[in-house]
Amino acid sequence: MIPEIGHFALIVALAIALVQAALPLTGAARRIPGFIAVARPAAQGLFVFVAIAFGCLAWSFYSNDFSVLNVATNSNSRLPTAYRIAATWGSHEGSLLLWVLMLSLWMLAVSVFSRSLPEDMVARILGIMGLIAVGFLSFMLFTSNPFERLIPAAPDGRDLNPLLQDPGMVFHPPMLYMGYVGFSVAFSFAIAALLDGRLDATWARWSRPWTTAAWIFLTLGIALGSFWAYYELGWGGWWFWDPVENASFMPWLIGTALIHSLAVTEKRGAFKAWTVLLAIIAFSLSLLGTFLVRSGVLTSVHAFATDPKRGIFILCFLAVVIGGSLALYAWRANRVAPGARFDLLSRESMLLANSALLLVACGAVMLGTLYPLFLDALGLGKISVGPPYFDSVFMPLMAPAILLAGIGPLIAWRKGDAAQLVRRLRWVAIAALLGALFVPLAFGRWAVLASVGLLLGFWIIAGALAALAVRLRSGTRPGPAFLGMLLAHAGIGVFVIGVTLVKSYETERDLRMAPGDTAQFGGYEFRFEGVREANGPNYTAARATITAQRSGGSVVRLEPEKRVYLVQRNPMTEAAIDAGISRDLYVSLGEAVEGNAWTVRIHVKPFIRWIWFGCLMMAFVGLLAASDRRYRAVRRLEDAPAADATVIRRSPA
Amino acid sequence: MKPRHQRMIAIAAGLALLAIATALVLNAFQGNVVFFFSPSQIAAKEAPVDTAFRVGGMVQEGSLKRRADGITVEFIVTDTAKTIPVVYRGLLPDLFKEGKGVVAQGRLGPDGAFHASEVLAKHDENYMPPEAAHALSQAEAEKAARSVVNPVVAAPGGSR
Repeated sequence: MIPEIGHFALIVALAIALVQAALPLTGAARRIPGFIAVARPAAQGLFVFVAIAFGCLAWSFYSNDFSVLNVATNSNSRLPTAYRIAATWGSHEGSLLLWVLMLSLWMLAVSVFSRSLPEDMVARILGIMGLIAVGFLSFMLFTSNPFERLIPAAPDGRDLNPLLQDPGMVFHPPMLYMGYVGFSVAFSFAIAALLDGRLDATWARWSRPWTTAAWIFLTLGIALGSFWAYYELGWGGWWFWDPVENASFMPWLIGTALIHSLAVTEKRGAFKAWTVLLAIIAFSLSLLGTFLVRSGVLTSVHAFATDPKRGIFILCFLAVVIGGSLALYAWRANRVAPGARFDLLSRESMLLANSALLLVACGAVMLGTLYPLFLDALGLGKISVGPPYFDSVFMPLMAPAILLAGIGPLIAWRKGDAAQLVRRLRWVAIAALLGALFVPLAFGRWAVLASVGLLLGFWIIAGALAALAVRLRSGTRPGPAFLGMLLAHAGIGVFVIGVTLVKSYETERDLRMAPGDTAQFGGYEFRFEGVREANGPNYTAARATITAQRSGGSVVRLEPEKRVYLVQRNPMTEAAIDAGISRDLYVSLGEAVEGNAWTVRIHVKPFIRWIWFGCLMMAFVGLLAASDRRYRAVRRLEDAPAADATVIRRSPA
Repeated sequence: MKPRHQRMIAIAAGLALLAIATALVLNAFQGNVVFFFSPSQIAAKEAPVDTAFRVGGMVQEGSLKRRADGITVEFIVTDTAKTIPVVYRGLLPDLFKEGKGVVAQGRLGPDGAFHASEVLAKHDENYMPPEAAHALSQAEAEKAARSVVNPVVAAPGGSR
């Protein structure tokens, strides 16, 4: 009964979405107040029904209803409760439902927090989001119904993939989807503005907090995914340039360009057409990511059973959304009034160059991701494009972007002063050079790439500090948004330093170890104590004890496991990690070999935590930006025609 | 500087950026694209000798051996028509099993064995790496063709 209620709720949701798309859009075009007024209640109703559907599916998982096909294939009565609920989005169908739930959540948020927007604008935005919901709801109802029954019911389920039985499964997908789908708001704002012809600084100011919010969720989602892969897969890697990772990284790159471009549009009225284009591309890439991950084109931990019907549906949807919005852009973008002029040496041109670099880098990632798929689809052979390609293309493109990000906050809007800039950059350059020269000495081995990476990392951090100093000396109190920007830049620096140190100085050994054996490397002595049995609720495991000791330091105890899950009967490596600010010790257990010994893989990873800490710093920017009074007081600013002028005067010129 | 000059500079910078990116991409593709070969193709000497490539197929039943050092393994990859011995030093992925699909990346050694630097994991027990599935179906098709048509005619068509 519960699954049928869920199914019915989805059908009702589709009907509401159709109304939400049709009436407000027509109303806004023809100026019919009655139709315009439908937008908010429709969005709220849609949220209620999607939430009911989601609740029904979650309940079916929670109550072990194995008469639902989705539950029978992805859960098991012995699966711990938290993972039973997380298994709701562990399947293709369930993850789509999560997608739609996130979409309706964003719509609800727009309908509640848009009191200051003109009614017809809200109607257009919610109407466009309604159209997206129509697409996804019909995709679900026609090709991937999460409530499909299995008759007769299975006695027990086939269990959730053991790799997914982890706290990461509870947080990573919702966070990532929240970010992915969040770009639909920026997209809808952009399309609404194109339809309306109201592309101005006010539009950018409305759009900015939404875009930042989506970007924060995406940043956190990607960082969580990376962290999860690091500790769960047992290979000690944190980023594999896997197509599925790239699918989430491409919208992030464009989203990053978008929030910068939006800042220029809001403050200086420039780059309007460019900003709109970026908003369209960011959401298109979110859709492309959904297509890549969900269509069965790729096979990985994220992809499920292949059904060509699904792939074709998403591909058509993709073509309609991207083609339609780009056509609208081509038709309307030339009506956008040109923005304020700026010099070649100005913050505007730094930001423009940066977003161009991000766009090109995203293009290179896309090429490497899609090229093997194209070749395969055309029957031209099977190739793989691995990390070396991405490393050798992505890094040279990002290096100048990071250099510019260090300079950007130090240069004035509109017309920069070259002499002043050189004075300000002097200390930044000295700090960066010192860091790049001396930090490698601490590791005892100098490498060109290590120095280049450290130079970039210290450069952007020093640049952010210098910008703060300039602002403080000028006597104006820096606002939360400005501090947030600096913190995000420093976060990139921390991230870059972490990546550089891990890549340059990590050590890894595959060893055969019997009880009592020791191995020395990376400044530690590792000692294999032995293996004993350790069983969990739904698995049996062998747990090894390995101790690590730095000469004269305290003993660290590591207990990696080899688990065999009872239902799917596959072995699973559970790595043991001793985390630290300056290094992680990472041990995973291979298999038992002759002589009571085991194969073991040991990594020493210097400063790897800095990678995720840098991401957290970037995400924190949003909390600061959101707390900026300028966004909460949108209505007041909107009423005051001089608002833009005040903003300009506040920045250091 | 006149606005027109500025625009020219901006356009030139954009084009230069695109040119650099294209050069980087082409260069990286040239050096880093890894091609895939099946055991049959390796047996027909189609695989490169001096560059890394990927081989895929099934791990032959009973072929997995561990060398005395306890960490180096040897196994045979088959596409049911031809086989290739593989040597790998390191931990095998969790779902590596005899009789199951596998993909390895590495180079051909002078000993005729494939020296793998990486043996790829799959994430799901029911999932066959696409390259491995491809190799098996190719060999299957070739065998079928041979059994029907004159082998001399069928061979070039079968091994694309």
